[in-house]
Amino acid sequence: MSFINTLINGEEGLFKSETLTPMQKLTLRFVVVGLIYFGFVVIEGMLMRLYEVKPLPFITESQFFAIMTAHPLVGIFGSTYSIVFGAFLFLVPFLMKKPLWSIKLGNWTFILVTAGTFIFWFAGFISHYAPLYTLYWPLPADFTQFSVWGGTFFIVGIALVMVGSAFFVINIFKTITYTPDGWEKQPSKALLASALGITGFKNLFTKNKKEHLVPLPVAAVARGSVDVALNTAIILFTGVLILVYMVASILGFDLKETAIDALLYKNWFWWGLDLIADGLVLIFVAGTWYLLATMISGKPLFMQNIARAALLVELIVSWTVWSHHLLADQAQPGFLKVLSGEMVTAFELITQGLAFFITLATLWSARPLKMTNPLKFLIGGLLGFALAVPAGIMQADVGLNRILHNTQWVIGPHVHVAVLVGLTMTLYSAVYILFPILTNGAKMYSQKLVSVHFWCHLIGGIGMGAFMGMAGLKGMLRRSLYINGEFNLYMILAAICGTLLLIGFLTFFYNIVMSVGLKGVIGIFTPSKIKTKDLLPAN
Amino acid sequence: MIDSKMVLTGQTLAYTLYCIVIILLIVWFSIMITGKGKGLAVKPALFYTFVGFLTVLGVSLHIITYNTIPWAEMDLNRSDYKPDKTFVITVKDHQFFLPSEKLVINVNDKVLFDVKSEDLTYGFGLFRDDNSMMFQMQVVPGHRNDILWHFDREGVYTIRSTEYSGPGGVFMIKKDVVQVLP
Repeated sequence: MSFINTLINGEEGLFKSETLTPMQKLTLRFVVVGLIYFGFVVIEGMLMRLYEVKPLPFITESQFFAIMTAHPLVGIFGSTYSIVFGAFLFLVPFLMKKPLWSIKLGNWTFILVTAGTFIFWFAGFISHYAPLYTLYWPLPADFTQFSVWGGTFFIVGIALVMVGSAFFVINIFKTITYTPDGWEKQPSKALLASALGITGFKNLFTKNKKEHLVPLPVAAVARGSVDVALNTAIILFTGVLILVYMVASILGFDLKETAIDALLYKNWFWWGLDLIADGLVLIFVAGTWYLLATMISGKPLFMQNIARAALLVELIVSWTVWSHHLLADQAQPGFLKVLSGEMVTAFELITQGLAFFITLATLWSARPLKMTNPLKFLIGGLLGFALAVPAGIMQADVGLNRILHNTQWVIGPHVHVAVLVGLTMTLYSAVYILFPILTNGAKMYSQKLVSVHFWCHLIGGIGMGAFMGMAGLKGMLRRSLYINGEFNLYMILAAICGTLLLIGFLTFFYNIVMSVGLKGVIGIFTPSKIKTKDLLPAN
Repeated sequence: MIDSKMVLTGQTLAYTLYCIVIILLIVWFSIMITGKGKGLAVKPALFYTFVGFLTVLGVSLHIITYNTIPWAEMDLNRSDYKPDKTFVITVKDHQFFLPSEKLVINVNDKVLFDVKSEDLTYGFGLFRDDNSMMFQMQVVPGHRNDILWHFDREGVYTIRSTEYSGPGGVFMIKKDVVQVLP
């Protein structure tokens, strides 16, 4: 097959988009858009890496911080939310063995997340609105530094993503609990109790233990979705609050910024924001590890009941850890710093450690295994969290935080290693394992390119985090600029590792496009010709 | 008092050692699960031992740092200490307003920095000549932001904002304004 033919029709012409069900198309649309936004994030990341070595003449300082503002938000909402929402809208009905409650609502989630991300990204690109994702009050309403119109569109874009997220949560819980047409009445309340962990909790205190009605990965999705819902409410409320100031400014009124208590706002916002980083991400990841481990090994999950209980503990822990972001705030009460910031946060070492051990033990029980693509990316993901979680626990310490807060340590070995290596490699593992299922048997174009992607991503991700961390330990701040080459050795090495990440992503993207073909990619976005609510084609 | 640089060196060594061990463990695991051998169930006792280890580790980290990092206890109980000197600093319009051109401190002084923001959220950090950080705190408007520090050696330090306050605040630096003299 010629190169051009493969580029147009995909590897061996195996991918035929006309055979896809509406559900397969919906999931693939989420994945394609998620990967495109990941491309945005990688390019933005590289621009910042180069800027940290030497300011680029075509990027102004305000633009640099606008990139820094958009970068994590596009990464979390545009890329990760898209891929995760797409995968779970497929996997929950797949594991519950019934159709998704509403494909239409799923499509609205897709449209809102995709459009909302583009709107806030574009608003930041044009207007350089740059209060960073932390939005520390009153910075988002500081119209002496930022355009009020740019900010308005930025916040509206975020709000649209949040509405899409709310639709996702509704769809997930309705899918778990509803009764499809023609089915025997489903025990909605019992299903919900099982999904949220209430059944398991009651079982601890009764002799007549009830069976778990939902599979473990579905329980993880449900519990993570609780955090998605809470986070959505917090960010939406905060967005509306900021919009009030913006609309007032547009209408010529100057609302008093001091009407909002900056520390209370910081607590409120971090409580909500942490439901992503220390909540849904960890819960979704643990659930995905369990699913992948059982699919790869073909064995039941090791210590399944403990794993279920740990997911519930993680959910509760995620509501009580926010104060580790305020250890450098001297007005924050000491008991919150110690109890929430240090002690409860340390529980994440235990819950994530449990998930790590359970996944490895499940894989171990199936020795010898073939080193398939999903397996190697899963191991990469496990390693990522094994490196990043202890780095986070160290900075969530009253003593160490005094010399680590807001340094490159936080964003390097903790955030980037967790997100790029831990989370993203787990998602890649899921993409590789779902690829043949979602494409009705399409074949990867090149196994060698998969290996290039794996090693570039793994070494690039860990390396970049490590060099950023070394700079942080030497005093380099995040969210700042050094124009005299103060930390150039580390920044050049981090940029080289960033380049590896970029090469890895381009390799992966090229491999996927060559596997499904340009015709196939376009076909994913056309309406399905098969009128069914089933997940997979009947044949 | 142990210098913050020393604490960072200890942390670097501990975390580097941990990284080497965990990477080697994952490499070993990858070789073992794909090599020859029979899949055996892991004993629950090993699992519970691991859980116990993590619990001890998570809790003991903070107990150890509280008892070994000298500023940890002083920071949490700073209202119980009487500072030898207090500097009241104001931050406004992306600028630090100091009480005097140089903040002069004597070796072994316990100094309270009381920093007030009149507009945005800023940071307040002291940095050595080689750009390494001695300490930092957040400066939140409408609240008291104070930090007590024991200076036990001579030195010259730079004040820098450690929190982003918009593009206008990137270079909020007061070079070599803190002097610790014998």
